[in-house]
Amino acid sequence: MDDFAYTRPDRPQVAVALAARPGARFVAGGTDLLNLMKDGAEHHDHLIDINALPLSGLRKVEGRIEIGALSRMSDVAAHPAVREGLPVLSQALLAGASPQVRNMASMGGNLLQRTRCWYFRDAAMPCNKRSPGSGCPAIKGQNRRHAIVGGSEHCIAVHPSDLAVALTALGATVHTLSPRGARSIPMAGFYLSPGNTPHQETVLGQGELITRIDVPVTPLARGSRYVKLRERATFEFALVSVAALVRTQGGVVREAGLAFGGIAPRPWRPAAVEEALVGRPLDAAAIKAAGAALVRDAVPREHNAFKVALVQRALAEALGEFGGSR
Amino acid sequence: MSSDEIGAESTATRRTVLRAGVAAAAAAPIAAGQDTAAADTEPAGTQTGPARVPLKVNGRLHEPELEPRVTLLDALRERIGLTGTKKGCDRGECGACTVLVDGRRIKSCLTLAVMQQGREITTVEGLAHGERLHPVQAAFIGNDALQCGFCTPGQVMSAIGCIEEGHAGSDAEIKEWMSGNLCRCSCYPNIVAAVRQAARELR
Ligand SMILES: Cc1cc2nc3c(=O)[nH]c(=O)nc-3n(C[C@H](O)[C@H](O)[C@H](O)COP(=O)(O)OP(=O)(O)OC[C@H]3O[C@@H](n4cnc5c(N)ncnc54)[C@H](O)[C@@H]3O)c2cc1C
Ligand code: SF4
Ligand code: FES
Ligand code: FES
Repeated sequence: MDDFAYTRPDRPQVAVALAARPGARFVAGGTDLLNLMKDGAEHHDHLIDINALPLSGLRKVEGRIEIGALSRMSDVAAHPAVREGLPVLSQALLAGASPQVRNMASMGGNLLQRTRCWYFRDAAMPCNKRSPGSGCPAIKGQNRRHAIVGGSEHCIAVHPSDLAVALTALGATVHTLSPRGARSIPMAGFYLSPGNTPHQETVLGQGELITRIDVPVTPLARGSRYVKLRERATFEFALVSVAALVRTQGGVVREAGLAFGGIAPRPWRPAAVEEALVGRPLDAAAIKAAGAALVRDAVPREHNAFKVALVQRALAEALGEFGGSR
Repeated sequence: MSSDEIGAESTATRRTVLRAGVAAAAAAPIAAGQDTAAADTEPAGTQTGPARVPLKVNGRLHEPELEPRVTLLDALRERIGLTGTKKGCDRGECGACTVLVDGRRIKSCLTLAVMQQGREITTVEGLAHGERLHPVQAAFIGNDALQCGFCTPGQVMSAIGCIEEGHAGSDAEIKEWMSGNLCRCSCYPNIVAAVRQAARELR
């Protein structure tokens, strides 16, 4: 790791003023940032440690749960209000990383973790995301872990966060602070598609601080669940995953929120999947139609075509919990 | 700096910048004359380069001289001389570097030592009372839960966290909640047995 300056401010206003300068970066848990810096995938001159800022803890208010950006994955997953009201969130967090990492990793940092594309993490390789314009070796190279939807000819990396998939299905809102003030960003508009600027992953500006995440608590969210398929039983990133919120009445789907991980450069929530289900009985035909809608525009590559079938099976598995039959 | 100089004042060395927007701004890639506004908000205590970093490890205060980039793992092993904590991957993937910070298990390769000032750090060296082993250490020996032993300090620290959190209720639960610790000798069945036994004893 190259050396850097280090500051630990205790006021958000000070933190964002410091981080607005080029070369500065926040550090929360450090669990992704340190790896990126050790691997030479990122270089920063000044780390702003945000752990002294008052951004931890959960608050239950009418109709939603507000989660401080510094809350740790393990604490959020174990919180009774989350386990009862937002099971998909608790399950997605517990399906990620390891107990030690979850004790360190923050909610804000989780949303901003970078892709696990092996070319991106190897500073000796070209990569449009790391060095814009240098090329994408994954498209014709080893792409087993890469995207089947939503990619571009410049980048087909997948976003690795399980949390982001759950929050997308839940319709959460990210709150931020920058020297220009506070704003709120719905999850649906938080991540950017790669296009020809894959290095720009979110709408956040330099030094914009995530302060909290608001998650609506609804009857729909109460019965939600997370299905994650991976290459070993645990402690592994998703090959494919599904965050599923479904409300049925008399066997008919009334409401659905479905987001997918492991298949796209950002959490993937195509309206067509939900449209294929709502108003229909949750039977094999509806589940099949939803799966078909999900992969209609898929562009599988040499090593990842298996994801086309796998993600449809994961969807069927997730919907099975809501009384759907395959 | 000799050890008798360790004290409150000595945490500010030549290269620790207390209230020095100028020096900190110089460390950032900003051309001279630009961005004076940011320098105005520079808080006290920006550290550039080596400085004495107070770390409380196993109940004792150490003040190694560290650059901000030194991980807690490297500080423990290379600067404080506590080599019980192991470096396997240095990327958070193996668990060999597991320690407790304020009682919670973490991976010491994924955090900076400067970030852990003021916390209670416990390493494997801090577990035994004289000749009397911690129940988890004794259970690992009793269950033959190691071969080469390289992963063992991390396994033991992680097991203490696992039991403390209440995640050692069944073999399946132990496997899931010990999954952050890999063992290249594949002693997993015996590790699970050791954690199960220690959990019973500590209840
Ligand atoms: C071995 C291993 C396995 C893993 N497996 C999984 C997995 O299966 N699923 C999964 O989802 N994740 C997984 N992760 C990733 C892990 O969840 C992230 O590393 C972690 O959530 C990042 O949080 P952090 O607080 O440590 O962030 P940091 O590493 O401190 O920061 C990450 C980035 O976020 C920025 N940042 C942090 N907080 C804020 C904020 N409040 N506002 C603005 N910017 C901020 C930092 O500047 C940095 O750019 C794994 C990690 C490891 C090491
Ligand atoms: S897929 Fe994206 S991150 Fe991976 S090598 Fe290509 S440009 Fe880089
Ligand atoms: S050395 Fe820290 S997890 Fe491997
Ligand atoms: S005992 Fe050898 S690595 Fe676990």
